[in-house]
Amino acid sequence: MELTLGPLAYHWTVERKRDFYARIADEAPVDTVYLGEVICSKRAPFFEREMPQVIERLQRGGKRVVLCSLAEVMLKRERQATADLMESEDHEIEINNAAGLLARDGRSHRVGPFLNAYNEATITWMADQGATHVCLPTEMPGEAVGIAAKAARDLDLGVEVQVFGRAPLAVSARCYHARAHGRTKDNCQFICEDDPDGMPLATRDDQPILRVNGIQTQSESYIELLAELPEMKALGITHARLLPQNVDMVAVAQVFNDVLNSGLDADDGRSRLSTICAGTAFSNGFWHGVAGYRHINRKAVAA
Amino acid sequence: MRAEGRFSEAGELVCPAGTPAALRTAVDAGADSVYCGFRNATNARNFPGLNFSPEELEASVAYAHQRGAKVLLALNTYPPAGKVDLWRDAAAIAARVGVDACIVADMGVAQHIATNHPSLRLHLSVQAAASSPEAIRYYCQNFGVKRVVLPRILTIPEIRAIKQEIPCEIETFIFGNHGLMVEGRCSLTNWMTGESTNMDGVCSPAAKVTYEEDADGALRSCLGGVTIDSFAPGETAGYPTICKGRYTAPHRPEGYYAFEEPVSLNLSRLLPDLMEAGVHAFKIEGRQRSKSYVRKVVGSFREAVDAIRAGATPDLADLVALTEGQKETQGAFKTKKWR
Repeated sequence: MELTLGPLAYHWTVERKRDFYARIADEAPVDTVYLGEVICSKRAPFFEREMPQVIERLQRGGKRVVLCSLAEVMLKRERQATADLMESEDHEIEINNAAGLLARDGRSHRVGPFLNAYNEATITWMADQGATHVCLPTEMPGEAVGIAAKAARDLDLGVEVQVFGRAPLAVSARCYHARAHGRTKDNCQFICEDDPDGMPLATRDDQPILRVNGIQTQSESYIELLAELPEMKALGITHARLLPQNVDMVAVAQVFNDVLNSGLDADDGRSRLSTICAGTAFSNGFWHGVAGYRHINRKAVAA
Repeated sequence: MRAEGRFSEAGELVCPAGTPAALRTAVDAGADSVYCGFRNATNARNFPGLNFSPEELEASVAYAHQRGAKVLLALNTYPPAGKVDLWRDAAAIAARVGVDACIVADMGVAQHIATNHPSLRLHLSVQAAASSPEAIRYYCQNFGVKRVVLPRILTIPEIRAIKQEIPCEIETFIFGNHGLMVEGRCSLTNWMTGESTNMDGVCSPAAKVTYEEDADGALRSCLGGVTIDSFAPGETAGYPTICKGRYTAPHRPEGYYAFEEPVSLNLSRLLPDLMEAGVHAFKIEGRQRSKSYVRKVVGSFREAVDAIRAGATPDLADLVALTEGQKETQGAFKTKKWR
């Protein structure tokens, strides 16, 4: 099983993104890096000029680069950006909206988590249409993931599951970052840049619960599937996805790599991860088919 | 018998039916079509006490067809791997009892019906989140979709522009509950409760709702044990729908509606504009609603649509009054400032 770094969901400054990917290129034990703006089309132009250098840098570091399309396609600029990306012959692409599927027209592509590939019938259809790799929706329970993974493997598709980072829980046409500051999406003034790990929302009795990232709503806690890695491997999952958070992602990738390839105990791995992600709770409820925010202790489950 | 005529007439009124009795009520009140679902995870209103058995659906289709109305079956959830047969069986029953169309979201379900029940008409559910001409054309070209239910995120000028570029009919929601998230892309309920909107057909399910009274008399409405909102003594407590709760942010310590206030969609004033923009069918939300609600809402919209069709100015007072006392919104349809 290979480790991948999924697309950055947040609006980081150009400098910060450049530095982040440079370090990933040099130091992170991941095989594939997904690039591109998935959440908000207004943010995309800022980094466009940097993309060729960043891609080149990552490739020099031995990484496979995959370019991602937007999850929500509605406005002219979003339709155009999607159509343009689908013409790419130089890089693999991951599609996150059916508008991209139309433009790609059967040429090879990866299926992103926003395309809702929940089952073997849909995966079979997508494979017929040129899909070579599918990232399953984060909310799928392990039991269904196993069946989907088998179907995908039988069709020779790569299968990817998110194992780290905030859970993407919803998207909207409305920008909740702008709303929180009394603005609208069209005059947001990129207020989301102030929250490199999302804007925290807590319940009125002070339980941290969600994060706002522009039009996206995420979980407060990070998904963490360290103890589940052996099971995932046995189910035929080929790629484990780490979503970039505002923590030392090289160190995060090293922990996952050590559990996966160097025999590090999952509990010890989680302790290391807790230090790296100080202040953030971990969840694995989705995988175990219970409320997503929960954390199920695997040993307790086995006993 | 299939009532072919009504699908071709613009201004089709698509009405909710949570039970066979509500279906008969909607048909009698003037619905052109009614939509309903089976009593399982194959539809997005999988609530206890609602929905149809195969036998009830068969009888309901007969009732509707005798009165010139159509029955649309919602098969609009996403089957998790290993459970696809439940959706396939539902499609087979739909074909057998003569349902007029299936409303689908999942590509695997759409492809199955297109291949195995080619005479069964397909509508693309709002749960498919097809919000561009390209996405809609993808489903039309590959599965022969004849109608798209548009996500509630587009303005009327945007709907008009989409209509120019797609080969199928448009249906829009005009009345009822107003979800804030892109449908079919929301896992908030699963995060809080372990039940999924996409896979299980539930949103903020009643079985996971509790109301907790604090020592100071304040009431907290909770979902899966998580506080969605709290209300001062005397304040009316609302239902804990996650996207309509109040939360705090670092700069909003008092708590605010982070996503949307508890409002209801009412586009009655925009009906003429929607028809002019090329919207073919108007959908009323509310399969969980009572018969008397269905009778009142369907009857009022029937009169309004008939007036517009006849070139008269509709009397919208009744429709506007339907949400009186409640907060209502025209959502994204009126202005993009909503975003």
